[in-house]
Amino acid sequence: MAHFEKANSLNEWLDQRIGLNTLKKVLNTEYWIPKDINFLWAMGMVLAATFGLLVISGIFLLMYYKPDTNLAFDSVNYTIMSEVGYGWLWRHIHGVGASIVFLIIYIHMFTGIYYGSYKRGRELIWLSGMALFVAFSAEAFSGYMLPWGQMSYWAGMVITNLFSGGSLEAYGLVEWIRGDYVPGDAFLTRFFMLHVLLIPLVIIGLIVLHFGTLRLPHVNNQEGADIDFKEAAELYKAGKKKESKVIPFSPVFLSKDVFVMGVYFILFFYLVFYNFDFAMDPVNFDPADGLKTPAHIYPEWYFLWSYEILRPFGKDAGLIAFGIAQIALFFLPFIDRSPNVAPAHKRGLFVVWFWVLVIDMIVLTAMGKLPPTDPTFALIGEIAAWTFLALGPVLVLITMFEKKIGKGA
Amino acid sequence: MEEEKKGRRDFLGMALGACAAVGGVGALYAAKRTWDPLPSVKAAGFTTIDLSAAQPNELVVEKWRGKPIFVLKKTPQMKENPRDIVIGSDRFLVTIGLCTHLGCIPAYQKDNLLFFCACHGGKFDTSGINEPGLPPPSPLEIPPFKIDGTKLVLGEEGPEYKAMLAAGITV
Repeated sequence: MAHFEKANSLNEWLDQRIGLNTLKKVLNTEYWIPKDINFLWAMGMVLAATFGLLVISGIFLLMYYKPDTNLAFDSVNYTIMSEVGYGWLWRHIHGVGASIVFLIIYIHMFTGIYYGSYKRGRELIWLSGMALFVAFSAEAFSGYMLPWGQMSYWAGMVITNLFSGGSLEAYGLVEWIRGDYVPGDAFLTRFFMLHVLLIPLVIIGLIVLHFGTLRLPHVNNQEGADIDFKEAAELYKAGKKKESKVIPFSPVFLSKDVFVMGVYFILFFYLVFYNFDFAMDPVNFDPADGLKTPAHIYPEWYFLWSYEILRPFGKDAGLIAFGIAQIALFFLPFIDRSPNVAPAHKRGLFVVWFWVLVIDMIVLTAMGKLPPTDPTFALIGEIAAWTFLALGPVLVLITMFEKKIGKGA
Repeated sequence: MEEEKKGRRDFLGMALGACAAVGGVGALYAAKRTWDPLPSVKAAGFTTIDLSAAQPNELVVEKWRGKPIFVLKKTPQMKENPRDIVIGSDRFLVTIGLCTHLGCIPAYQKDNLLFFCACHGGKFDTSGINEPGLPPPSPLEIPPFKIDGTKLVLGEEGPEYKAMLAAGITV
């Protein structure tokens, strides 16, 4: 057995048993973050904090929610909203949080794309982040089923129908996923399980992995500069904090994060208290009815861009285009052929590509919300969908011919 | 001696791996079966509907296996189609009322004599045939049926339904 000395403090006692001081160094005080960053670098911790809020509000909702097709709608819209003390608060935090978390995810993703933070050792950060995006999407979808309103039911119907694989007509698979011919009780209860247990577990595991993939390549910086972290850390530890290019994650970087979070939460709680309606679709305040489709079905705003890629094509082609759109971003580190890790504005045509991607996704989002009846908007949507699909091959081409930027540039 | 030890360890490793694999496959099968539709769900899959009360060009929506069923008595002006269910001198369109694109319920526009799906703009005529060039890839599906006088038993496959299946009219 290992030899243990008498400990003089709780900290020392814990250090002897679980290596607390080493852990603190690795994760906090000697985990070095470049100084040359801006507020966009705080989005990771903003996301972590929002996920925390979703978990906490979810725990309280779980106390009164009933995963049963006869009870679910009233347990949310009557019991939680009007009987449970402050039940409305948890629901509005949960609803607003679920919507805003995707806004921050998109900002976080586009920051990574703009600064090239997905290559030269940082590929796994990107891949684990994309896996998190998929897991958050599944979490959002399964949660959307739970109030069992009209939009829950019909979104469940449409999305599970995607698994029939178009002309493959794999209705057996669809019925297996639902546990019924249509979304019913078995469907609601299993999506409840996915939403409150299995997917959150996966998300937590992926967050740990995402943090882990960051530790060795370190966070990128505004110039994509290759920092000698060892040298910079020595300078910092020697007291030359001004000369050093880095700061420790905790407490220095974290205090910057906390400031950004402060600003963010002012906006967040403004929405929760005064402007929560955007996260509550009015159609979902009608109870689910399998014999009445709402006049116009659309997903929540964060899925609209990929929904719009599905829409302009025929059944099979639409499904293929949709499938490509879902996984295309995973390949970013491998289709960007340029060796440069630099902000987009220093990479020639890449900056054009970047803004075309952003604008195209905004156009797809706007068109996805509109009814399918207007031919002009349908055409714009179709062009935007083709543009999205073409952006992949275009990226390969422009990055192949991108000029190499000299070191230290 | 060392060789013998290595052989023994390899054997133990493989034996453990094999047992764990069998257990794993078993667990996966049990998990798959747990997600299957329950017998009670499957047993509730038969519905009888009466066609004698239907009025021409008036859409009636029935429910079978939780899905809407469109019943439309055709007027003599509407085109005949091998998909029609013929009872006496009356012709009926009986289909599952879910768009073959992604499963929304199309609305019947009585004056235009067509079904319009609001989700992605699909259109079907009074025989349930999709209008080409729009998202739905195939006509509205005909549920398994058996003719019983003026009644239809949905979920059971009668000779007329089997003939339609054989002719490739429905899936």
